[in-house]
Amino acid sequence: MLKIIDMKDTSKINPLENEAIYIMREVAAQFEKPVLLFSGGKDSITLVRLAQKAFYPAKIPFPLMHIDTGHNFPETIEFRDRLVKELGLELIVRNVQDSIDEGKVREESGRYASRNVLQTTTLLDAIEEFKFDACIGGARRDEEKARAKERIFSVRDDFGQWDEKNQRPELFDMLNGNIELGQNVRVFPISNWTELDVWSYIQKEQIEIPSIYFAHTRATFLRDGLIWSADDAVVYRDENEEVEERIVRFRTVGDMSCTAAVLSTASDIVSVVQEIRDSTISERGARIDDKRSEAAMEKRKQQGYF
Amino acid sequence: MDVLKIATAGSVDDGKSTLIGRLLYDTKSLTTDKLEAIEKKSQQLGYDYLDFSLATDGLVAEREQGITIDVAHIYFSTANKSYIIADTPGHVEYTRNMVTGASTSQAAIVLIDARKGVIEQTNRHFFINNLLRIKTVIVAINKMDLVDFSEEKYNAIKSDFEALMSKRDYQDQNITFIPVSALKGDNVVNKSENTPWYQGETLLQHLEGIDKQDIYNTGTPRFPVQYVVRPKTEDFHDFRGYAGKVYGGELSVGDDIVVLPSQTKSKIKDIHFYDKKIETASRRSSVLITLEDDVNISRGDMIVKENDLPVIDKQFTATISWMDSQNLTPGSKYVVQHGVNKVLAKVDSIHHKINPDYSGIDEGGKSLTMNDIATVSFKLNKPIFYDAFKEHRTNGSFIIIDTQSNNTVGAGFIQ
Repeated sequence: MLKIIDMKDTSKINPLENEAIYIMREVAAQFEKPVLLFSGGKDSITLVRLAQKAFYPAKIPFPLMHIDTGHNFPETIEFRDRLVKELGLELIVRNVQDSIDEGKVREESGRYASRNVLQTTTLLDAIEEFKFDACIGGARRDEEKARAKERIFSVRDDFGQWDEKNQRPELFDMLNGNIELGQNVRVFPISNWTELDVWSYIQKEQIEIPSIYFAHTRATFLRDGLIWSADDAVVYRDENEEVEERIVRFRTVGDMSCTAAVLSTASDIVSVVQEIRDSTISERGARIDDKRSEAAMEKRKQQGYF
Repeated sequence: MDVLKIATAGSVDDGKSTLIGRLLYDTKSLTTDKLEAIEKKSQQLGYDYLDFSLATDGLVAEREQGITIDVAHIYFSTANKSYIIADTPGHVEYTRNMVTGASTSQAAIVLIDARKGVIEQTNRHFFINNLLRIKTVIVAINKMDLVDFSEEKYNAIKSDFEALMSKRDYQDQNITFIPVSALKGDNVVNKSENTPWYQGETLLQHLEGIDKQDIYNTGTPRFPVQYVVRPKTEDFHDFRGYAGKVYGGELSVGDDIVVLPSQTKSKIKDIHFYDKKIETASRRSSVLITLEDDVNISRGDMIVKENDLPVIDKQFTATISWMDSQNLTPGSKYVVQHGVNKVLAKVDSIHHKINPDYSGIDEGGKSLTMNDIATVSFKLNKPIFYDAFKEHRTNGSFIIIDTQSNNTVGAGFIQ
């Protein structure tokens, strides 16, 4: 049954949520084949809730797509499949392993080997395969300084590339989705949200998220002052890097090979939100993929990364 | 939750990045890893201070040249508000970026170097903030430490700026002057002991005190239809909902409305927000509306209150800010995007260019080059439903799209 609530009091309105809903609707209206890029992380889970809100009582009018590196946390994949089933959504999965098998990309080796960069090729191939003209992603401007320069509708050329020095001006809340055939637009509805905004929203909306975001006991090892999951099939580990059980949680969820855990006893959403509020380290401080160089993110974005 | 978007404006060396850095630093918004990265890089570059622009200049080209090319967004929050700062480039040639940054902001900080006082760039920054009808402007007179925190100096700059204010078109703008030293932290977050003659608030105190109700220019309610929701499921078999954002005022269940362009009358039956029904949709809320009658409505149509119609016309005159390297000339065709509505438009005539430094108008302008501001008339292939920008900030603005490159090449404010 529908509940009646009072929205006359504007202090109860979340401007970020209303902006994101507006953006979702612009995507559905301006593009022929949009897709929501879903990683199983908290940001893309938030996107799914926002899309539900934008189109209710109709279903979300576009599919979800997961670029599966094969290095995901098993908890994330389980969660993904359950969410899709519960909401009756269409899910497309494309595997980085297939791109490797087809010889399109080569697996990295050594201590910092990761499939993070490889997934760009799989993503661009999938965009071409399905002729997607808009890809909705959960990137936020507060995450990283190159992302702070990104538009809400960000045009990519035929090669999936980002021309960072020549971006379209975005004025008021008018979003220009006009593109040529072959181009596509990356859309970031939660551009203006901070990490804390996302967590507060998950708390308020009681959105379910994968268990790895909460404190749990895990076999881990230390490297460069960061805590890594000891999963030898996926994460490279030197013999002298000793495995130890620790109580940890993940603050951001990417691949196992590039996402470090943090020591934490925050086992529910209330304590997680409190922890984020008190934190003196940024979210991407635990992402080795950003630490490759000062301009790591900008370079990956130019090549067509999320 | 309150979110306040602020645009900064200042010349290249007025200390914009330092001010933002100071705000982040004194509100403890900079995380340890980001601060360490700034310390490391500053040291590496041989600076004896922390260069906060390293945190905001996110592109390689910006760091190479030491300038801000594109708008960066910076986020911080206090216990009672979230802030989004659009850090816009200070160079003269980046007028278009200033217009872009200011277009989404409810407040602006204009920086003045206390040693230099009001300069031509200050005129431009104020002109653009006034043109875009930013409700709240804070004039931060910076580098007070370099003029010995002189009250005379501060007052002299203040009165120079006040002379500028008499020329402004939008007189209702709230303007506040604050003497600051971004580098040393005086009057940014913490009250300075060096300015006993200044009784006013610090910059952050002032921002905290801005009432959210005050920052949006209000007008009459306008509801441009973004998307028609038709679930076609058993439970919602005949359901037709109109999705969109409410601008300017409130809409309530039972309101008598008119649908444009068909001018069909009806009444609001229900207002939905996700799985809840609401009585009144406030300004800037993204809702779903159903009507009592079966009306044919599609994207780009507009729902308005019965006795509050906008102008319905196939032509208008506007002040435009030109943003493309290709010139705008009379007779050329573009797409005008007004809200969610896209129509074909022809440039009818360029009346005159406006010098954005309050030095008057230029009657001779027959074509517009990048960063020009001018009064231009357009003819459209079908009517749009608009208000004058000074009466309705949302329904009186539009963007201009190049039909070939698809780029956004200009922004306009309907007169």
